[in-house]
Amino acid sequence: MTTARDFLKGNEAIAYGALRTGLNAFFGYPITPSSEIPETLAVEFGNPRYPEFKVFLQAASEIEAINMVIGAASTGAKVMAATSGPGFSLKQEGISYASGMELPMLIVDVNRGGPGLGNLGPEQTDYFQATKGGGHGGYRNIVLAPSSVPEMAAFPALGFSLAFKYRTPVVILTDAFLGQLKEDLMFPEVPAPVFDTSWATTGARGPERHLLTSMHLGLPELNLHSEHLRAKWAEVERSEQRSEKIETDDADVILIAFGICARLCQRAVGSLRAQGIRAGLLRPITLAPFPSREIGALVDRGVRKFVVVELNTGQMVEDVRLATGGRARIETVQKVGGLLPSPSDIVLKVEGMSP
Amino acid sequence: MIDTEGHYEVKLGALPTLTGKPTHYCAGCEHGTLTRLIASALNDLGVREQTVLVDSVGCSVLAHEYLNVDAIQAPHGRAPALMTGIKRMRPDLLVFAVQGDGDAVSIGLSELIYAANRGEPITIFLVNNGIYGMTGGQMAPTTPEGMVTMTSPHGRDIALTGPPLDASKMLATLEAPAYVKRVLLPVTPTPSEDFFNARGSIEGAKSVRNAFRVQQKGGFAFVEFLSTCNVNWKMSILQSKHYATEVLAKVFPPGLFKDKFGVEKR
Repeated sequence: MTTARDFLKGNEAIAYGALRTGLNAFFGYPITPSSEIPETLAVEFGNPRYPEFKVFLQAASEIEAINMVIGAASTGAKVMAATSGPGFSLKQEGISYASGMELPMLIVDVNRGGPGLGNLGPEQTDYFQATKGGGHGGYRNIVLAPSSVPEMAAFPALGFSLAFKYRTPVVILTDAFLGQLKEDLMFPEVPAPVFDTSWATTGARGPERHLLTSMHLGLPELNLHSEHLRAKWAEVERSEQRSEKIETDDADVILIAFGICARLCQRAVGSLRAQGIRAGLLRPITLAPFPSREIGALVDRGVRKFVVVELNTGQMVEDVRLATGGRARIETVQKVGGLLPSPSDIVLKVEGMSP
Repeated sequence: MIDTEGHYEVKLGALPTLTGKPTHYCAGCEHGTLTRLIASALNDLGVREQTVLVDSVGCSVLAHEYLNVDAIQAPHGRAPALMTGIKRMRPDLLVFAVQGDGDAVSIGLSELIYAANRGEPITIFLVNNGIYGMTGGQMAPTTPEGMVTMTSPHGRDIALTGPPLDASKMLATLEAPAYVKRVLLPVTPTPSEDFFNARGSIEGAKSVRNAFRVQQKGGFAFVEFLSTCNVNWKMSILQSKHYATEVLAKVFPPGLFKDKFGVEKR
């Protein structure tokens, strides 16, 4: 049970954020560092404060869990799964099917160190897997990147609204650091939204019936379906790019970072400004669709220096290169293994770019 | 077609639970028979408006083309997990799947066992023809010893692959399932081959209806239908009916393994 104002871990905040937006069902499998999400929901299951929370079930595997999610989603339910890297890999087959069937659902990936078993530290190495499809076949899903505990609490509502608006899986990509970080937050008192679920497979009335399938055996039929998915994604790219800009108006060097790295960059921007270097920060909130328009606009305005800070060996930087179209110098600060760069690492990198 | 006690009829011809499309199943295959039995039972029970079919992957993948009910497609082997998600969210729905032996007993065994062990009130029909049909005749976990398949060209060697896996018996060891039954579905030739005994279809019709009733009473129901695949067994239809009776039904003896609610006694 949470109060309107609370002090929570990021993982707990996601769980309560989902409950407060009318979560109907959760299917989980334990994996560090995401387990506080199922643990919190297990405690709240049956709490009369959340009457819409009808199903909590621990699955026998990540694969079983994502397929339970698919089943519940087919009824039009608000359903969520949470996992971390190795489990996110196992869920990709199911996410591919859900994408093909256009099923709304929310999947949280609390990114840990990898590849393989890796470790339990924070990384952003699942960026490619989350933003470029991840499973077989061609599809894109919306990916949200919170950078604070209040955003961890708020993004389930945003995620479900986008998931139902576009009938698509939505991924919240966060990391071990934000999942474990405790911060002060306020829950907005907003009623749980009701979405259109007229497509759900809940029994045929009359001669009409509903069918959810990703199978289109005819070559022209699958072509048509894939073109439909392409058109939908084009609309998502047009309408849903989200980012936060901090002190970018007069900046001639822009830091680009998401999640926990954006917090570090905010510190770095302050230090650089104190030295008289006009630095700013662009923080992608949607990693997919990537906020290319805002970045392109900065280049159009004359910004020629970007520093991409991320917890991997170079993933988001590829999208920044595409967005800048070769018209700007791009440097990187990257850290992996569960370590974070320090704000001074970022400051030094920017100082080194000065003419 | 009327059962031995004379009070159960399988309706032939058009039904609201059938789309009316001709099936794509090979001549001699029992998938079409089972489709008819399911459509008839759903129609008799008057449950079409509450029914959701979960398509599995294999020859049953097109079941929604013929059964005129709401349907969703599961990834290979995962139908019991989807069914769990549907049924937990909407206990008022009647949820069923037709799975093949590759789908249920090989790649999806974990999902099957756990759904059974939780006693999910769902209905699963397993079509066990001892081979991968749709992919073109590869060895399945249910392939009888010695059977030549595309991936056991010298006959299944159980020293290499282990013996055929018996899903019904495995599920029957669990506490939770309410109804576990195995039926030999194909017609069985008389020794002179002048006549065929169709009691498999009658037993099948009864079992399908019972399996739905068990779900309505809140239990997990599983019916395994021993079937033929003459195309991939590389036999004539007649030879395949002999093989099902004389070999498959010996490896997997038909029987009622669990009936917690006593639905068979009525």
